[in-house]
Amino acid sequence: MKSILYVLTALSVFGLALWAYQENYRTQQVVKETQLLQQKIGVAQARLAVLNAEWAYLNRPDRLRELADLNFERLGLLPLRAEQFGRADQIAYGEDPDLPIVDPIELQAITETQALGEVQFP
Amino acid sequence: MTRTPLRPLARILDARARGENPKAIERENIHQRHEDMKDRARARAEGRLLVLGLFFFCAFSVVGFRMGALATSEAQEPLANAPGASIAMQRANIVDREGRILATNLDTYSVYAQPPLMIDPIAAADQLVAIFPDLEKERLVKDFTGKRKFLWIKKRVSPEQKQAVHDIGDPGILFGPREMRLYPNGRLAAHILGGSGFGREGVSAAEVIGVAGVEKQFDDYLRDPANGNKPLQLSLDLTVQAAVEQVLYGGMKIMNAKGASAVLMNAHTGEVVSAASLPSFDPNDRPRPPTSGFDPSDSPLFNRYVQGVYELGSVFKIFTAAQAVQLGLVNSNTIIDTSGPMKIGRFPIGEFNGKNYGEISVADVIVHSSNRGTGRLALQIGGKRQQDFLRSLGMFDPTPFEIVEAKGGEPLKPKKWGELSTVTISYGHGLSTSPMHLAAGYAAIANGGHYVSPTILRRNGPQYGPRVMSESTAKQAQAMLRKVVTDGTASFGDVAGYDVAGKTGTADKPKPRGGYYDDKVIATFATLFPAHDPKYVLIVTLDEPSIVAYGEKRRTAGWTAVPVAAELIARIAPLLGLRPRLEPEAGAAITLTSN
Repeated sequence: MKSILYVLTALSVFGLALWAYQENYRTQQVVKETQLLQQKIGVAQARLAVLNAEWAYLNRPDRLRELADLNFERLGLLPLRAEQFGRADQIAYGEDPDLPIVDPIELQAITETQALGEVQFP
Repeated sequence: MTRTPLRPLARILDARARGENPKAIERENIHQRHEDMKDRARARAEGRLLVLGLFFFCAFSVVGFRMGALATSEAQEPLANAPGASIAMQRANIVDREGRILATNLDTYSVYAQPPLMIDPIAAADQLVAIFPDLEKERLVKDFTGKRKFLWIKKRVSPEQKQAVHDIGDPGILFGPREMRLYPNGRLAAHILGGSGFGREGVSAAEVIGVAGVEKQFDDYLRDPANGNKPLQLSLDLTVQAAVEQVLYGGMKIMNAKGASAVLMNAHTGEVVSAASLPSFDPNDRPRPPTSGFDPSDSPLFNRYVQGVYELGSVFKIFTAAQAVQLGLVNSNTIIDTSGPMKIGRFPIGEFNGKNYGEISVADVIVHSSNRGTGRLALQIGGKRQQDFLRSLGMFDPTPFEIVEAKGGEPLKPKKWGELSTVTISYGHGLSTSPMHLAAGYAAIANGGHYVSPTILRRNGPQYGPRVMSESTAKQAQAMLRKVVTDGTASFGDVAGYDVAGKTGTADKPKPRGGYYDDKVIATFATLFPAHDPKYVLIVTLDEPSIVAYGEKRRTAGWTAVPVAAELIARIAPLLGLRPRLEPEAGAAITLTSN
């Protein structure tokens, strides 16, 4: 009885040691991956910061104003003024859509008869 | 183990033969056996103690070594849970109210030299001067061939310059990484942002410190690594600021002014949406403060809207009128005698161009900007109450505006506040304040009577301070200011689509050694808009404007500051999202489109 207990204990120690050994290496692997990812995040953030700075530099008001002046003929951009505001009722309604043609007629014939002057439309 | 018998036969027989008691032999043997057993037990116990001792020794050694190692090694962040720790060391960005970048960081390089490592110092100096024309060749050669072990060549270089220096190929010329502060919008909002410089410098890094403006005011916040990805959000609006600077610059040129400033403030929250001071500078390349010259206001670094402490003139009249209404002494229709002569002590109080308006209402005192009218109101109010009112509007202390320069904008008030001071200050002479003070004062009128402190930080919702006047007083004051524009001195201030209310002020500039110039003025126009429900306060100040109109040289605010302010409002009001008042005739200008 006692010896079985001893054997079981020894086996469980082996098992735990093996598990701890594996966990140790797996943890180290994960830490390495995390470091790599963090490096990548750092690089990406640095690049993002540069891109943001560049975006802000390209969109600086002075440059946009110059571009608007240069392309005035094409874009016609002017500063926003009070006159450019309007009321909703000042906007024209869109044109009514054409009614569906339910009874098609032969156009050719009409134009020919018109040309001959035989049919007079009121 | 061999077991020795307790009664060995040989000895028993021997003892019997001699007539001795054989039991004695047995006892002796038993005793012997017990002794042996005791010895073995002790030896085993001692062995166990030794093992246990060794075990404890090892365990304590391990603990001790670990503690020692922890105590002597550098502290380190746990690797697994510090996301982006490397990048958070950067100085935080500064953004406008919409999140657009006003200041950010860029990685760049500095160039330094270690002369002992150099191979051909003369040729290196030659090529460096070719890359950086501002370096002096003689000096470089002297440094490179002298005793120096280390010197900085350039604090910041562009990538192209770095490559060119790298191509020199001298092992004694080296690069150190640098973080550089970049203001992508150039001169925009230069006085607010201030600028930055390098603090302590090392080869591998240098700290960036703010030297002026919000960069210095919030230096601790910006440098705190915990705020690395939390930008500092200002109340400025980039678009509005750009429009204000452009229009103000044009106005300054047309009016032949040597300087100009504009402050646009939200009357309810105290947020300064735009603040401009011209001439300005580029914070990317901040000029050095002037070391010579008499007048600090000649430097582009001079921040006119907080440091420009001048007597602002008639714009103060509305405070006198508002207080008189608040105290119940008058209302806007009460008739005031403005006829002369009026003398306080030896000093006569006159009107602009020696006019005489006779008996007019309080509203007309403001409309015609009558000095004697406000003077008489102030005498009714009294100096003590006048001081209390102006103090409650923040006119006696530097503004709480969060840029370092604001602390220098200490108002100048008379040492002795006598009757003469009471009268002159009622029309804005004798008390010097900055345009920012004036903006806070006008905001109290605009928002219905609450003091609001001007701020550069983004706020959510109204930030009303203590009440300084009643709602009805504020309404009457607004109506008077509106009348100034419709039929008073600020008739050029009418803006199509937006009702403007405001007051002009023209004050002679003081000479540095006392007295006033005859031909130099500060022209101010303080406005609220839209007049029916004021949301914004705009203060425009022109320094020494003069134009020729109708064959006469004009310097008054009505001819100079007012048209500039009107153009400013016409440009920025749509950008601020204010809905114009639509007139029927405005329809003609609208292009009707449909698609």
